[in-house]
Amino acid sequence: MTKKRKLGRGVAVVGAGMSPFGMFAERTSTDLFIEAFQEMTGSVDKGFEPNDIDALYLGNFTNDFFVQQSHWGAILVDALGLVPKPATRTEGACASSALAFREAVFAIASGFYDIVLVGGFEQMSKQSTEQVAEGLALAASPYEREAGFTYPGVFGAIATAYFDRYGATREHLMNVTIKSHENGRLNPKAQHQRSISEIMASRIEKAASRGQSPPGWQDEKEFLADPQANPVIAWPTHLFDCSPISDGAACVLLVGEELAASFTDTPMHVRGLGQASGRNLHAADDLTSFEATRFAAREAYEMAGLSPADIQFAEVHDCFSIAEILHGEDLGFFDPGTGFKAVAEGLTRRDGPKPINTSGGLKCKGHPVGATGVAQLIEVWQQLRGEAGERQIPAKDLRFGAAHSMGGTGGTCTFTILERW
Amino acid sequence: MSEQAISDSAFAAFLDQGQLQGSRCTSCEAVFVPPRGWCPKCHQSDMQWTRTSGTGRLFAFSCIAIGPPWMAAYGYDRDHPYCSAVVELDEGPRVVGRLEGVDTNDPENIKIGMWLVLQQDDSKSDDSRICPVFSPV
Ligand SMILES: [Zn+2]
Repeated sequence: MTKKRKLGRGVAVVGAGMSPFGMFAERTSTDLFIEAFQEMTGSVDKGFEPNDIDALYLGNFTNDFFVQQSHWGAILVDALGLVPKPATRTEGACASSALAFREAVFAIASGFYDIVLVGGFEQMSKQSTEQVAEGLALAASPYEREAGFTYPGVFGAIATAYFDRYGATREHLMNVTIKSHENGRLNPKAQHQRSISEIMASRIEKAASRGQSPPGWQDEKEFLADPQANPVIAWPTHLFDCSPISDGAACVLLVGEELAASFTDTPMHVRGLGQASGRNLHAADDLTSFEATRFAAREAYEMAGLSPADIQFAEVHDCFSIAEILHGEDLGFFDPGTGFKAVAEGLTRRDGPKPINTSGGLKCKGHPVGATGVAQLIEVWQQLRGEAGERQIPAKDLRFGAAHSMGGTGGTCTFTILERW
Repeated sequence: MSEQAISDSAFAAFLDQGQLQGSRCTSCEAVFVPPRGWCPKCHQSDMQWTRTSGTGRLFAFSCIAIGPPWMAAYGYDRDHPYCSAVVELDEGPRVVGRLEGVDTNDPENIKIGMWLVLQQDDSKSDDSRICPVFSPV
């Protein structure tokens, strides 16, 4: 039973920018955020004065753990030269900056602010893989952590439940991975910009140059089934099922809708917003569906007066390949238990009827967790404006796109629908 | 039954004795494992300890090759994965824990639905982490 919600004042996105996502040993979160801010500034078609920003909402999960630094709001405001503008940090695990976006929307909708910067960032690559696993697991319940669950393990367990219930197999996860890489290769900001077949070709070439006998993969699935090429991380989760360890930053500029025309002729309007909370792994009613995603989506659809069929494309939180399959079902794009077939049939490809994760998704674009929620919205913004370059969705007349974020094991989920007028 | 206050530390002490204790809401009779001192359905705190059989079935699992540093310290690594699992108890609630007595290098042969029983875990007695350990019946 959700209430139909509405904003007291319309809110529009008028600018967007992001750093490249990747592993940048020499660059701090501040460096990356400044790069994102600079790109955002340049993206505002009619220009704007940074000092006109009323406030900042910044999402970050746990740079406190990853680089032993807290209090990022004040640090970034100072670095950007925006002292004394107020800055508020939001935390909702991997949905941290999706929450920042919502808070900024509410602040503008209330009439309190007119122009708000929303950002997200995370710096993960300074830690070892084991330490990153431990840091990310801070978002799990203590019971899950103490049972030894890492996130690849949690989503591995979810995959075993899904496989058992619906008859899907690892091959269906591979379909997600292959599609993500096809999209990521067209995204100049992505951490992984090679298709699986390009990765295969380069490894075959490398083997030949070392005088080794070349690997005998016949196709992408043979490559992904090779435990040397695609080692197990937390069975059935393998390396190529996982989003990478990433550094990065992203930001967007939000304004009151009636002000948007002075920034750009093509603002994107916030049409639907949903957020919900879910339960721990052991207490969830169902491991093959995230209740918080279902509730968040219903709230956003009702607010927008739209149905899943109206959403022409979406970015969804594919922290692991099984997650993308579940989200497609929970968001209502596909019936429960059919998401894996939809991917296999190519329905979620960039040129399919329901493109999912045209950015390459978290898997290939990268997943600096605090930056992800905003970066997903940037992909929606670019696609709606027809500015996605080589990876532009071929369908004409894009009007509704959406982004789904998830923190933890579905503990915090958001769904945001943007509209081009 | 025990008059002990419902807490994670009491739950852990029961586990050390080989008992998987949960809490039961005196109002709606719902059972929670690990125990909750506050019923999330009735929003009230009149809860009693209830002992479970410690038996159940495997609901979901993962054989984890890259664990956190403290699991690595127990000798688990890529060649020696450990199995974390969701177990559905005979009484209904599900718990997370670890599964031992299975070949974690052959996960295809670990079957959802297999019968499990709680085992006493005294190998890590100096570890304060709460983790029920199960093994196949
Ligand atoms: Zn109750």
